[in-house]
Amino acid sequence: MSLITPEFGLLFWQTLIFLILFLLLAKFAWKPILGSLKEREDSIESALRMADQAKLEMQQLKAGNEKLLADARQERDRMMQEATTMANQHRETEKARATSEANHIVQQAREAIQTEKNAALAEVKNTAAQLSLDIAERILRRELADPTAQTQLVDSYLKEVKLN
Amino acid sequence: MKHLLSILFFLFTLPVFAQEPAKGAESAEAFNPGEVILHHVADSHEWHWFSTDNGNFVSYFPIIAYQPGKGMSVFSSEKVAEGKSYQNFKLEEEHLTTLDGSTVYDFSITKNVAALIMSSLVLVIVFTSVARGYRRRVGQAPTGLQSFLEPFVVFIRDEVAKKSIGPKYERYMPYLLTVFFFIWFNNLLGLTPGAANLTGNVAVTAMLAILTLIVTLFSSNKAYWSHIFWTPGVPLWLRPIMIPVELASVFIKPISLTIRLFANITAGHIIILSFISLIFIFRSPWTGFLSVPFGLFISVLELLVSILQAYIFTLLTAMYIGGAMEEHHHDEDLGIAEQSHGGSDLGHLTRPDVAAH
Repeated sequence: MSLITPEFGLLFWQTLIFLILFLLLAKFAWKPILGSLKEREDSIESALRMADQAKLEMQQLKAGNEKLLADARQERDRMMQEATTMANQHRETEKARATSEANHIVQQAREAIQTEKNAALAEVKNTAAQLSLDIAERILRRELADPTAQTQLVDSYLKEVKLN
Repeated sequence: MKHLLSILFFLFTLPVFAQEPAKGAESAEAFNPGEVILHHVADSHEWHWFSTDNGNFVSYFPIIAYQPGKGMSVFSSEKVAEGKSYQNFKLEEEHLTTLDGSTVYDFSITKNVAALIMSSLVLVIVFTSVARGYRRRVGQAPTGLQSFLEPFVVFIRDEVAKKSIGPKYERYMPYLLTVFFFIWFNNLLGLTPGAANLTGNVAVTAMLAILTLIVTLFSSNKAYWSHIFWTPGVPLWLRPIMIPVELASVFIKPISLTIRLFANITAGHIIILSFISLIFIFRSPWTGFLSVPFGLFISVLELLVSILQAYIFTLLTAMYIGGAMEEHHHDEDLGIAEQSHGGSDLGHLTRPDVAAH
């Protein structure tokens, strides 16, 4: 049957034309098309890879920042701690110094008061003795104007005085 | 599909044979669907567009005939049309013969050759314009025809070539793409009314299959041939028997490619023409209510078949090439292991790993 017996002429033309078509398409169609497709896919892939890398870098940067922040926070805490201790220490020493100073002043004041008191007391004693003497003298002057009274006084003194 | 084809032949030729003696006088005018369908499906030296009461509208092509000893003769096929004879030539059922019975080689531009030239031009124009699109818009999204055809190119590359051939697929991409789009475009063009049935012609499909065979053989490696002449994994006494079987399979593959494409496309055409012929067989316009929906259904189905057959042909081509390039590491290891067993036929069956294989 003519349907299933290949015609020689058509076979010849088919071979010739198909090979020409193949060469034409291979050179002018498939090569640029496949090349461009590959190029585009490569560029997409590299863009994706770059995005991934950027993400990674971003993450690293973020992690670095966080570490820096944590370090700074720690440093601040440490500094504050230090400052507090130092301030406390300083206050303590200041307090101790002030206390000793105050004690010293009080001591000096006491001593001065004591000295003053002693001097005052001595002066009071002297003044009292002087006053007593003056009073005694004046009394005596008036009493002894009478000679009997003088004799009586001398006698009373003499009696008081024991001769031993 | 082949069965369907022959059944259809019986269906539409038998009633005609049965009718002819009964009708008698009408036989000259009687509609012979088998003849009409074959005429539409087969190649021709003229392009018969349509016929009216005023005559046939036909384009005639040049006939190029080569006679050994007499040389070339070129003339219009009009001169041998409708049973006329010219010089030494005449057409017998579209087959160019000589009056004196000497041999002649027919290189005529037939309907199929004309269709082939036109479809090739279409392919070149379409794909060079697509390629221009890529050059003009480097690194940009595809547009228009380019964006329509790009998925097919990518599909052939990723799903057919990469998966079937492997890492060396790039060398075979131009051939696979040409085959795919050639078959697809010609299948579609063959579906247009009045067009030639190019991919349903056995010469065309045979030539494509032979090219696939040649490409396969040229890309074959040692493992491919050792698999044919010394099949690994088979008992030694069976190996000589396997040689003709394996050799036959080398040639059966392209033959199956030839017949699959040819039969599928031709069968589709025959079915559509058969539904249309029903109208003329029953001589009633009411048959159109049956023929039109069925014909439309088959036509739409043929649209699917046209890309499916292109895909199958391309996929099988890629698989044959991939099979010829494959390294049979596992099988070779087995062969060595068997030889070390002293070639015992049954000994290896006790080994669980071989038995499982």
